[in-house]
Amino acid sequence: MIRVEKRKEPLRYQGAVAASSAVVIAFLVGCVIFAGLGVHPLTAYLAMGKGVFSSVDAFSEVLVKATPLIFTGLAVATAASMMLWNIGAEGQLVWGGICAAGTALFLFPGMDAWLVIPLVLAASALGGLVWSLIPALLKAKLKVNEILTTLLLNYVAIIYMEHLFYGPWRDPAGFGFPGTAQIPEAAHLVRFAGTRISLGFPLALLCAVFLFYLLKKSIWGYQVLVIGKEQRAARYAGFNVNGKILTVMALSGAFAGMAGMVEVCGIHYRLQTGLAVGYGYDGIIVAWLAGLNPLAVPITAILLGALFVGGEQLQSVLGLPSSISLILEGALLFGLFAGQALGGYTVTISGRSKVAS
Amino acid sequence: MIEDLIFITQISIKSSVAVLLATVGGIITERSGVLNLGIEGMMLVGALAGFAAGHFTQSPMIAVAAGTLAGGLLSLVHAFFTIALRSNQVLSGLALTILGTGLANFLGRPLIGQTGVRIRQLPIPLLSDIPVIGEVFFNQSPFAYAAYLLVPLVWFALFRTRTGLVLRAVGEDARSADAAGVNVELTRALSVFVGGLFAGLAGTYLSLSYTPGWKETMTGGQGWIAIAMIIFCTWNPLLAFFGALLFGGLTALQFFFQATSMDLIPSYILKMLPYLLTIGVLVLVSASSRHRKSASPADLGVPFYREL
Repeated sequence: MIRVEKRKEPLRYQGAVAASSAVVIAFLVGCVIFAGLGVHPLTAYLAMGKGVFSSVDAFSEVLVKATPLIFTGLAVATAASMMLWNIGAEGQLVWGGICAAGTALFLFPGMDAWLVIPLVLAASALGGLVWSLIPALLKAKLKVNEILTTLLLNYVAIIYMEHLFYGPWRDPAGFGFPGTAQIPEAAHLVRFAGTRISLGFPLALLCAVFLFYLLKKSIWGYQVLVIGKEQRAARYAGFNVNGKILTVMALSGAFAGMAGMVEVCGIHYRLQTGLAVGYGYDGIIVAWLAGLNPLAVPITAILLGALFVGGEQLQSVLGLPSSISLILEGALLFGLFAGQALGGYTVTISGRSKVAS
Repeated sequence: MIEDLIFITQISIKSSVAVLLATVGGIITERSGVLNLGIEGMMLVGALAGFAAGHFTQSPMIAVAAGTLAGGLLSLVHAFFTIALRSNQVLSGLALTILGTGLANFLGRPLIGQTGVRIRQLPIPLLSDIPVIGEVFFNQSPFAYAAYLLVPLVWFALFRTRTGLVLRAVGEDARSADAAGVNVELTRALSVFVGGLFAGLAGTYLSLSYTPGWKETMTGGQGWIAIAMIIFCTWNPLLAFFGALLFGGLTALQFFFQATSMDLIPSYILKMLPYLLTIGVLVLVSASSRHRKSASPADLGVPFYREL
C-alpha cells in the first residue's frame, strides 16, 4: 500500500532538491515542446549545449547574460527576505540605465575613468533606489499593495526612457536611430581578455557576498529575516517594520539600478531599446530558484544565462523562436513549486519510508 | 464639441471592454479565495489562440470559443499548483504570466503580420438610433454587448444565487465552508477556471476586434490594470464598469489628442497616465479603507489544508 504523508521535519536539502526538480521538470517540458514541433529533443538540447559550451567565447556570453541577472536576482531576493514583492526590478533597472547614461553623457563628459565609473555606478544605484522608494513609501505609509505598484511603475519607467531616446536625448548624429549618443570611453566598463564580460560580473559577485553577510551577520539583516518570517511577532518585539520596508526596498532598488548600469556601460554604451528586455522579471526566477540565498543567486543566474544563450542558439541553428527560453523559465518556476510540494511529503510503500524528491 | 464628446465616450467604452471582462473574471476567482496574478498571461494566450483559430478557420464563432477556452485551460495550471499543491499564489500567478507570455510569443511567431477574422462594430437596430446614447453604447462590437450582459449576470450569480453564496463562503472562511459540506477544492478550481475563461475572452477581444491582428505583448499591461481594478471596485462586478471606464477614458483621451494633434499634454505623459492613475486609484482605496473593514475576501490567498 502506498501512503502519502506530510513530512514533520523539513527535508535537509529541501532547497537544492526543489531546484533540481525544477530543472528536471523544465527539461521534460522542453522535450514535449520540441517533440511537438517535430524536432528530436536530443538534437535541440545538443544544439543548446553546443552553443553554450563549444568555446570560451560562447561560455563567456553566458556570464555576460548572467551579470544583470545576478543584480536583479539580488534585488528580488532582498525584498523577498522580508516577504516584500519587488516586481519592479525592470523599471528600477531602466532608471539605473537612464541615470548611468545621463551622468556619463551630460554631467561628467571629460573626466577620467577612475572618477567617472564610481560616479556613474552611484548614480545608477541612486536612480533605482529612488524609483523603488515610491512603492516603498506607499506601502509603509498607506499599506498600498506593492506587487501592483512596483509592476505598474515598470511601464511608466519604460515609457519615460523611450521618450528620452526618441526625443530630447536622441543622438543628433544617429541617422534617426532611436538611442542616445555613445557614452564617453572613460565610462565604459573594463572588459576581460577579448570577451564581453565586463567589470560588472565581479561587481555582481561582490554584491551577492555583501548581501549574504548583511542578512546573516548584521542586526539589520536579522530583523529583516524575522519580520519576513513572523511580522506580528516582530512588531510586538518592537522592530520598526515600516522603516525596514523603506530600507529593504531601497537596497533592492539600488541592486536593480546597478543592473541597468552594467548593461549601459558594459554592453550597449548608450541608452537604447535593448535595455528593457525583461531581466527584472527574470530576477524573480533567479531569486526563488536560489531559495532566496544570495550566495546561490549567481549560480541560478548563470543557469538562466545559459538557457538564454542556448535559446538564441536554437534560433540560429534550428530556426526555432528564441522565446522558447521564456516558456522554459515558466516551467522552471512551476517545477520549483512541484519540488517544494513533493519535498514536504513522504511516500510510504508497504511500511518502508522512501523519500519523494 | 458634442460630437467630440460622443467620439471620446464611444472610444472609452471600446477601450474598456478587455479590462472589464478580465476584471469580472478576476472577481469570480478572488471571491473564492484564490489570487491569480496570471491574468496578463491568460489574456495573451487567449488573444493568440483566438487570432490563430480565426486565421485558420475563418469562423468568428470558433475563434472566440478557442480564445476563451485557451485562457481557461491555462488557468488550470494555476489551479493545480495553488489548490492541489498549495504553492504560493503570488509566485504561481507570476509564473503563469511568464509562461503565458512565453507560449504566446513562441507559438505566435509565424502569425505576426498575418490577417485573421475581424469582428466589427455591430449597431443594434432601433437602440443604436437613440440620439447620443445609441451611438455611444449600441454601436459597439458584440464583445461590448456580451460584457453589458455578463457583468450584471455575474453580480446576480455571486450575490443572489446559492452557487454564488457557496463560492463566497469558500473565499471568506474555507474551513467553515468545508465543515458545512462544501467541496472547497472543487469550488476554487472552478472559480479559477471561469476567471481564466473571462481573461481568455478579454484577450480575444483585443486580437479580433480592438486591434485586429497578433502582436507580441499586445495586452500592454491590461491584465495588471484589471487586477488593480478588482481592488478598486471592492470585488463587486457592478462597480467594475466604472473602473474599466476610467482606464478606457484615458486611452480615448490619448487617441483624441493624437487625432486632433493637440499638444496640450505631451504624448508620453498621456501614455503613462493609465498606469499612474491605476496607482492613484490603489492609493485612494487604501487611504479610504484604513479605518473600515476591508472589502477583500477574508481567505484570499490563504491555501486550504483539510488535514490540519
